[in-house]
Amino acid sequence: MRMEVLAVVPCADPAPPALQPPTWPMRKHLAHLSDEALVAMVARGDEDALAELYDRCGRIAYGIAYRVLRDERLAEDAVQEGFLAVWRSAASFRAERAKARTWIVTLVHRRAVDVVRREERRRAEPLDAVERLEPADPAGSAEEEAWLGFERERVQGALRVLPDAQREAIELAYYGGYSQSELAERLGLPLGTIKSRMFAGLARLREVLDEADTEGSWTPRLTS
Amino acid sequence: MDAETHELIAGYALDALDPADRERAEELFARSEEAREELHSYGLVSTALAVAASGPAPSRELRGRILDAARAEKSNVVSLEERRRSRAVPVMGAVAALAAAAAIVVGLWGASTANELDDTRTALERERAAAVLLADPDARTVDLEAGDGRLVIGDAGQAVLVLDTLAAAPAGKTYEAWVLDGDTPIRAGLFDGTAARDVVPLEQTVGPGSVVLVTVEQDGGVSAPTSEPIVASQRV
Repeated sequence: MRMEVLAVVPCADPAPPALQPPTWPMRKHLAHLSDEALVAMVARGDEDALAELYDRCGRIAYGIAYRVLRDERLAEDAVQEGFLAVWRSAASFRAERAKARTWIVTLVHRRAVDVVRREERRRAEPLDAVERLEPADPAGSAEEEAWLGFERERVQGALRVLPDAQREAIELAYYGGYSQSELAERLGLPLGTIKSRMFAGLARLREVLDEADTEGSWTPRLTS
Repeated sequence: MDAETHELIAGYALDALDPADRERAEELFARSEEAREELHSYGLVSTALAVAASGPAPSRELRGRILDAARAEKSNVVSLEERRRSRAVPVMGAVAALAAAAAIVVGLWGASTANELDDTRTALERERAAAVLLADPDARTVDLEAGDGRLVIGDAGQAVLVLDTLAAAPAGKTYEAWVLDGDTPIRAGLFDGTAARDVVPLEQTVGPGSVVLVTVEQDGGVSAPTSEPIVASQRV
């Protein structure tokens, strides 16, 4: 099953050496470790482990922060604060509860959403939000790009299965950073309707992505 | 779980809750394993949504900035293990002030991962001020009538409560500090207790004649104490 593979595959394959400034320390001894093991090392103050986590998860974290904030500086701030939160609170992370990747993405996404709500920045438009998620500037290795492309395709496919109303609620919330009450106001619907759409959509999405996992056979290869 | 609870968890998983609901959800996760499991079942979905959003890469400088910032903070953060080793050191000794400063930060971050992002900066500033206070030879120390520890007060009334042997708060409960000035207790902050030394910077200043108390309250705190104090300072 694909998800089992993802459990040990890092957020994304580490950036290839060509993308790294030559002064970066080599951390080959960390390459075989799971994300969760790296978090445990971060909890002991290991800077190399933090750097390795950033190399694995930084691009995805930035991707979602940028998606929500639509501003490079604010997105980088959100990523930085998210990783510093990892640095500070790694000791409280419980690997049996969540994947490290999920935790990091959640920290960064939460930060981005809080900022976008506070600053009332421009937000994602509904319905076609995911359709326009093509990368403007492919920046990783061919393999990384292929993996991201595959994932994008997979999630877009899953979102298309949802009824429009549910998809809209999820996209506006996750990519637009709208709270439930903001969505109710924007869409002119009762708050209860928004809440139930979001739950129904998310539960369905979980089901569809799980099914897709059992069918999918393509998995990224670890570069290490 | 009822439909409303399922909806609350889904909303939390998408970071779509309004502040009051977010607090409700976090209280729920604090007491319900079932709710936590359901939240985690959405983890792969929210991560997939994030992966699908990935587009342009961040600047190369971001990586260095993060590592520099982490390094700069390192002097203020120690691992829990180091903190355990430092437990035997008396807080108010010259060297001990540094250990306490480190312990404060760990206590804070360890206590609240879920909603830390909003509060971390403000809290960190407060914690750093507390560390300075603990290291200040002119700060005044007030003994406790009840509980093990002491209250440390600066010249502007800023105060830090140091508790040596308080157990972690029971599930679903929190410790709440109060400043009793006259007859009215004023809320002075929540903390969970760590079974090691707790260093609690108070959110209220402490004036002459007032007393600092700690009670056990429902998670999230209450606006007035509902139980007998388990810690009480002497009159300041």
